[in-house]
Amino acid sequence: MTNDVTQTAEKTATETPETTTGGRIYRPLSDIVETDEGVTLMLEMPGVAAEDVDVTFEKRVLTIRGKVQHTTPETLQLAYAEYGEGDFERSFTLSDDFDAEKINASVSHGVLTVTLPRAAEAQPKKIAVTAA
Amino acid sequence: MFYPTYARRSDPFALMRSMLRDVDRVTPTRTAQPVFPAVNVWKGDEAVAVTAELPGIDPSDIDISVKDNVLTIAGERKAPEVPEGARWHRNERSYGRFSRAVWLPYSASDDTVEARMTNGVLRIVVGRPDEDKPKKIEIKAA
Repeated sequence: MTNDVTQTAEKTATETPETTTGGRIYRPLSDIVETDEGVTLMLEMPGVAAEDVDVTFEKRVLTIRGKVQHTTPETLQLAYAEYGEGDFERSFTLSDDFDAEKINASVSHGVLTVTLPRAAEAQPKKIAVTAA
Repeated sequence: MFYPTYARRSDPFALMRSMLRDVDRVTPTRTAQPVFPAVNVWKGDEAVAVTAELPGIDPSDIDISVKDNVLTIAGERKAPEVPEGARWHRNERSYGRFSRAVWLPYSASDDTVEARMTNGVLRIVVGRPDEDKPKKIEIKAA
């Protein structure tokens, strides 16, 4: 009724230390799914190209960084803004049974998908019991 | 809150209405749904541009239409396909159909609208029609 304020996307800035350039760092929204083979993360990083994504896995911590390509149309002035543009950064602590060599990451339409397969020795083995 | 009792003696419901108005102000009548997608609007002498972040959406799933001076962006965010028996740890992204209308400062026809999508960011440029451009008036010598 009276409070018709347009509320937009849930894009939140991270609480990490400030950047030297004054730009903001956003926390990409994530979906995380686990299967028996491993864990898949899907992170929303609009405006980030595949070559600008940096995925590191060190001491159980998976860190994802994405550098945004600004979409500032030349000769035009910003008249109305609902979202901010900035780099993306987020890290997750995982269990230590992942195979760091087999981590796979791909970007499609601004969504980064990271697949972490479980280490072979960590996958449950079924032991056959033989009758004596 | 202060309700003057002397105001509008002839209207017995005046006090009730004024109290309801105050209630409306503090309690939103509907839960505020975040609008998707968020848009940034850019203006220039020759064109207007609308940019929106639409990560994870295939450009073929987005419908952009212009009628008079209303630009509509509609489409569907499809949920990712996960294998059977998968366990969700986090689900922060949202899915489903969306539609957003943006008022333009002038009427545009379809052939002056250009849309491009790069890395999940949609950019629509609407050209300004000639009839909307300001006309320069020459001053004649007297």
